[in-house]
Amino acid sequence: MYIGQGIVRQDGRLKVTGGARYAAEFDVPGCLHAVLVQSTIPAGAITGYDTAQAERMPGVVAIITHQNAGALNQHKAAQQTVTHPFLQDGRIVYNGQHVAVAVADTFERAEAAASAVRVRYAPSEAVTVMDESALSRAYKPKQFQNGEKSPDVSRGDEDAAFAGAPVRVEATYETPVEHHNPMEPHATIAMWRGDTVAVWTSTQGISGVQETLASAFGLPKESVTVVCPYVGGGFGCKGNTWPPATIAALAARHVGRPVKLVVTRPQMFTSNGYRPKTIQKIRLGAGRDGRLLSIRHDGFSQMSDPMLGEFSEPVGVVTQMAYSCRNVAVTHRVVPVNQGLPTYMRAPGESSGMFALESAMDEMAHALRMDPLAFRLANYAERDEQKDKPFASKGLRECYSRAADRFGWRQRNPTPGSMRDGRILVGWGMATSTYPTNRRPCHARIVVRSDGTVLVQSGVQDLGTGTYTIMAQCAADRLGVDIARVSAQLGDSRFPQGPVSGGSATAASVLPAIEAAADALLARLAALAALDPHFAQVPPADIRLDGFDLTAPGRRVPVLQVMARAGLHTVDAEGSSAPGDAYKAHSCHSFGAQFAEIRIDPDFGTIRVSRIVSCFEVGRLLNARTGRSQLLGGIVFGIGMALQEETLVDRATGRIVNSNIADYHVPVNADVPDIEVMTVDAPDLATGALGAKGAGELPMVGVAPAIANAVFHATGRRVRKLPIRVEDVLA
Amino acid sequence: MQEFSRLVPTTTQAAARAGAVPQASFIAGGTDLMQLWKNNVQAASLVVDLDRLDLRRISLDGPTLRIGALATMAEVAEHPDVKRRVPAASEALLAAASPQIRNMGTAGGNLLQRTRCGYFRDPGFACNKREPGSGCPAIAGENRELAILGGSGSCIATQPSDFPVPLVAADARVELHGADGQTRTVELEQLYRLPGDTPHIETVLRPGEVITAILVPDAPANRRATYVKVRDRQSYAYALASVAAGIELQGGVVRDVRLAAGGVGTRPWRLDASEATLRGQRLSPALIEQAAARATDGAQPHAKNAFKVTLLRNTVRRALQAVTA
Ligand SMILES: Cc1cc2nc3c(=O)[nH]c(=O)nc-3n(C[C@H](O)[C@H](O)[C@H](O)COP(=O)(O)OP(=O)(O)OC[C@H]3O[C@@H](n4cnc5c(N)ncnc54)[C@H](O)[C@@H]3O)c2cc1C
Ligand code: SF4
Repeated sequence: MYIGQGIVRQDGRLKVTGGARYAAEFDVPGCLHAVLVQSTIPAGAITGYDTAQAERMPGVVAIITHQNAGALNQHKAAQQTVTHPFLQDGRIVYNGQHVAVAVADTFERAEAAASAVRVRYAPSEAVTVMDESALSRAYKPKQFQNGEKSPDVSRGDEDAAFAGAPVRVEATYETPVEHHNPMEPHATIAMWRGDTVAVWTSTQGISGVQETLASAFGLPKESVTVVCPYVGGGFGCKGNTWPPATIAALAARHVGRPVKLVVTRPQMFTSNGYRPKTIQKIRLGAGRDGRLLSIRHDGFSQMSDPMLGEFSEPVGVVTQMAYSCRNVAVTHRVVPVNQGLPTYMRAPGESSGMFALESAMDEMAHALRMDPLAFRLANYAERDEQKDKPFASKGLRECYSRAADRFGWRQRNPTPGSMRDGRILVGWGMATSTYPTNRRPCHARIVVRSDGTVLVQSGVQDLGTGTYTIMAQCAADRLGVDIARVSAQLGDSRFPQGPVSGGSATAASVLPAIEAAADALLARLAALAALDPHFAQVPPADIRLDGFDLTAPGRRVPVLQVMARAGLHTVDAEGSSAPGDAYKAHSCHSFGAQFAEIRIDPDFGTIRVSRIVSCFEVGRLLNARTGRSQLLGGIVFGIGMALQEETLVDRATGRIVNSNIADYHVPVNADVPDIEVMTVDAPDLATGALGAKGAGELPMVGVAPAIANAVFHATGRRVRKLPIRVEDVLA
Repeated sequence: MQEFSRLVPTTTQAAARAGAVPQASFIAGGTDLMQLWKNNVQAASLVVDLDRLDLRRISLDGPTLRIGALATMAEVAEHPDVKRRVPAASEALLAAASPQIRNMGTAGGNLLQRTRCGYFRDPGFACNKREPGSGCPAIAGENRELAILGGSGSCIATQPSDFPVPLVAADARVELHGADGQTRTVELEQLYRLPGDTPHIETVLRPGEVITAILVPDAPANRRATYVKVRDRQSYAYALASVAAGIELQGGVVRDVRLAAGGVGTRPWRLDASEATLRGQRLSPALIEQAAARATDGAQPHAKNAFKVTLLRNTVRRALQAVTA
């Protein structure tokens, strides 16, 4: 079995030697460069453009505005939450909105021209920030979780239970606007040939790009080819097809030549979504015995003008299943402000929601004078009480005990401020993490070639997580061939269709499809062999693949020989899979327990994470090496969420003040402590024969609350707002 | 970014003459300038590249340590004479930016790095420093990183560099070569102008004037010195507050003391009142406490940076504790 082993990444060498080509690096002859022009007011209307100066600049081919762009259809592909392609009308609904695009022969000249375009506006009133005073604008999301779920969910009678609860905790928590900032910015090269268009673009979903462009330009899907072999990080901001991809295709059509559009780093803050700010009101009621009597979680999530689409950070979805409790009420509201459209960002809803819920759980444990872990165990959910379904698997109890032992949780002195190391305040905190196991329909193809190699193909994406490698592992296992023969291909719309890479669903979706394709291929090879004189009289069902030979009792012929005799250079087969009944009958989640130790210098207020121990249950770990690196990376992301990441918005203008990665902080090596990850290896058979659950988002979910709880333990100060900064703990 | 032509002079005099042309700009490591150009914060039609000038040496000239303006941050940080004569300057450089940037960035360029004020660095905003008279949105806006000392109603931007902080404490001077062929030296602290109502004029440099060297006098309090920097992450971040502290003690009495702060002032901020509190007095925890309290004399905190008052005092206390330990 290759599955489970720490097989080295198939794409690793290419990446470290610069051989892996990313969207902007494809060499398309005659390609022009496009640079976006963005608005500098938050609300109003464009009254005119002065483009004459820009048009006269050297190398400039075109300045495209809403006045000459030509009409597009709305963005309305499946799963799309981005509905407005821009450059279609003069309405401004946020600062940094695309209002024009400059096309020139070099990037620098396009950039110079873009900065020379003058836009005239008639500004109007704007509300630029979601704060308590803006909550009166809140409304119920219309497309909550892509319209699949209801924003308001309850069981029992939360009001009455809370009123009667002997111990109560009630607090408001806040998470900030955060930007994904992948290393690779959004980039698209678009090339038209007649009525067909090819795009090289950085995306988490080539199928979505194909559908969106087909819809925008009124083309059949087959007329749009999308290529994306590598993604330099996505974290959610490449899940939708954002306007710059459409604008690149529009510009290429406008100038009749291929066009490359790379979003600049500052523009990455206004072009492809962000994690919206949330305000979350939580109240918990408990008995003195430590049993939860009620949970209420009201989430408000910052939204754009609805013209742009809809996204709501689903903060309370985990609250419905995290603990055993009879009386639960959860609501979600969106608050429109003059900002861009928000979107999914790594563990959307789970990480922000669990920051609030797990902080509140810590507050309640403190109020009850109970150990935070014991409090969670006292309210352990044996089944999903909201869906009223059993969990497909839940190894959380084991996660708690293994991580707690390893961390040394038993030595914790519960009194805040009691654990010091000289002048340094030490804090220990913990939190639960959980993330749904998502699975989507997927197709795959396997090709055996006459040179003895095997190709496995699917129109999925590898975000850097190791998809190439696990695809090859899976195909090699199912076919029983040496993995050295097998290579994977993905990220091309000409391959069998795959789903968007989001919600940690890729592995659970593509592997069953590969297994089906492998089974179909084996059948095809057997059928082929049956025609071969060596296998005269042998029914195909008795013919097996062994190594790279076809065998039946007493007979053995190399595959390549069978293919040669049949005059075939390749043999291929396709397979597909979709979530089955077992998946639907269960509540499918992965789980984890996360423990953090922090050290605070009280003179400076600086918080340093010194240790994180986590144990996860992610079903079967498919690749020990890439899986571990996902888990570590998620934890680092969580450290950033806890202590650093925050997009600052100027209230007066709605413009982002720190739109660069020198001032928008993410952790650097020095911020990352010893991280220990352990896994409970428990195949989850409801998700497919291999039993894999997603591992990409889960590991960050409990990090911010574990750190926030540790800050409370170190200082006695409860910080209910992320990120936790120097000034929040300064003595 | 606008198109420009580039000149690579081989003598300081040629560089100074070329640099005096309106719309000319010197480039050394380019690590700050390139960001400003790319974001259209600054533009130049003529770029005068200082790369070929013979201004990279670090040497001792009797009691004076001479740091060539084009020595890289990494070279200065690791130089044995720098470590011996002004260890706080070496520490400050090692706490600045990243190894890659320190390999490119120069001593002279670091002195003239421009503010990190986010409003200044985005031409989509008004900003008095970038566009005189357009206003200062930071005063009522996102001012967490900005100055509590030396600001005006026109601008509260901090000078963000670490290196000049210990240099100002050490009474360093800069040597300048003018377009007219004259050289002069200026106290480093006086190189920087307070914003007043002309925040766009940041230094006393005349058109074309090249910084050729930094001159650091020798003093016991420069040799016994340290640099303490507080920042939002443990590396690769600008100072929220930093303090360079140097001291000379004789029998428990403070003979000489030098204190300067970074990240809190509109220029590297010499802490005169704190120094005066200490000088000639017998050192004690109480005295250190008094000196720390005086560090924020005249401070004008804003909505989001009020914490810097406490932070600066604590940092002064810690720097003094460290250097006297
Ligand atoms: C992400 C990031 C983080 C950073 N963090 C820090 C930090 O923590 N602390 C810190 O101190 N710095 C930090 N820096 C800034 C860095 O140290 C400066 O960019 C660098 O010191 C500038 O030196 P340079 O030679 O590249 O200057 P350049 O960019 O070449 O020039 C800067 C300015 O100085 C002028 N100039 C340069 N040399 C001379 C001369 N000899 N005579 C006259 N004028 C001259 C130029 O005309 C220009 O105006 C950071 C930078 C980045 C990008
Ligand atoms: S503080 Fe200074 S640099 Fe910042 S916006 Fe105001 S004037 Fe501009």
